[in-house]
Amino acid sequence: MKNVLNDFDKAFENRIRLGVMSALVVNDFVDFNTLKELLSVTDGNLASHLKSLEKSNYIIYEKKFLERKANTSYSATELGRKAFIKHLQAIEQLIKQL
Amino acid sequence: MKKNKYLDDLKEIKEIMSRTTQFISLSGLSGVSTGIIALVGMWLAFRTVFNDQDYLVYHAVSLSYEREIYLLAIAIGTIILSVGSAIFFTKRKSKIQKQIIWNGLTKRFLFNLLIPLITGGILCLMLLDKGFIGFLPSLTLIFYGLSLINGGKYTFREIRYLGIIQILLGLLAFQFISYSLLFWTFGFGIIQIIYGLIIHKKN
Repeated sequence: MKNVLNDFDKAFENRIRLGVMSALVVNDFVDFNTLKELLSVTDGNLASHLKSLEKSNYIIYEKKFLERKANTSYSATELGRKAFIKHLQAIEQLIKQL
Repeated sequence: MKKNKYLDDLKEIKEIMSRTTQFISLSGLSGVSTGIIALVGMWLAFRTVFNDQDYLVYHAVSLSYEREIYLLAIAIGTIILSVGSAIFFTKRKSKIQKQIIWNGLTKRFLFNLLIPLITGGILCLMLLDKGFIGFLPSLTLIFYGLSLINGGKYTFREIRYLGIIQILLGLLAFQFISYSLLFWTFGFGIIQIIYGLIIHKKN
């Protein structure tokens, strides 16, 4: 039981961060507004969660200019992908044990 | 209680993954409506163009100007009504799901769907112009099937199986060319309606 809990990633304990990662692991990149609609969150809320995922080096962003409007696209890093898969496996293990 | 939380998490992860990779607003009812329109279009074409003529052969035939115009008019009418009804039902479904219909995923789905479809459409127009009417039922089925498989990467899995069935029917239609209108009616009409109902029920 203990080792399973070790695999739980603090970064994904929050619903929004978990949602962001779910979208990023199956897409090459997702832009800010799409994430916002997808998770129905406010700009500020989403931005702070994205920042924390960036700090863990789980995601990276790229700024593009679309019709003079800044558009930020996010993608998952290899580290982020691995961490997410590990987290999912831990959830799976835990559900089996409960 | 904790178990429920994690099961909810997994459910949400799965939903986000499919919502961001699949065009889930595609309506099954649009399959039903386009199938019915195809049946009506075929009935009209059969009455006016194919009834007393043997066009379903492996060589070019000469089609009277009047019949060629009829066939083109029926084809264009069928396409406009089909696309219109597909857009109508899909818009309705996206409203019910509260999804924004015109996003990157929709564009990717349409782009991939349209490449083989437009290629096939242009080729078929050229063949019609040169009198190869007999090839049209099989080639329209084959190119439609290829479009579904290509676009199907971005929507429900069932669409790809529908594509494979259409390609097989198209190949059979070419082999048994004198029955090709039957294969066409079966593929674009009946199979299309059945798949529309399956997608409507499942999603």
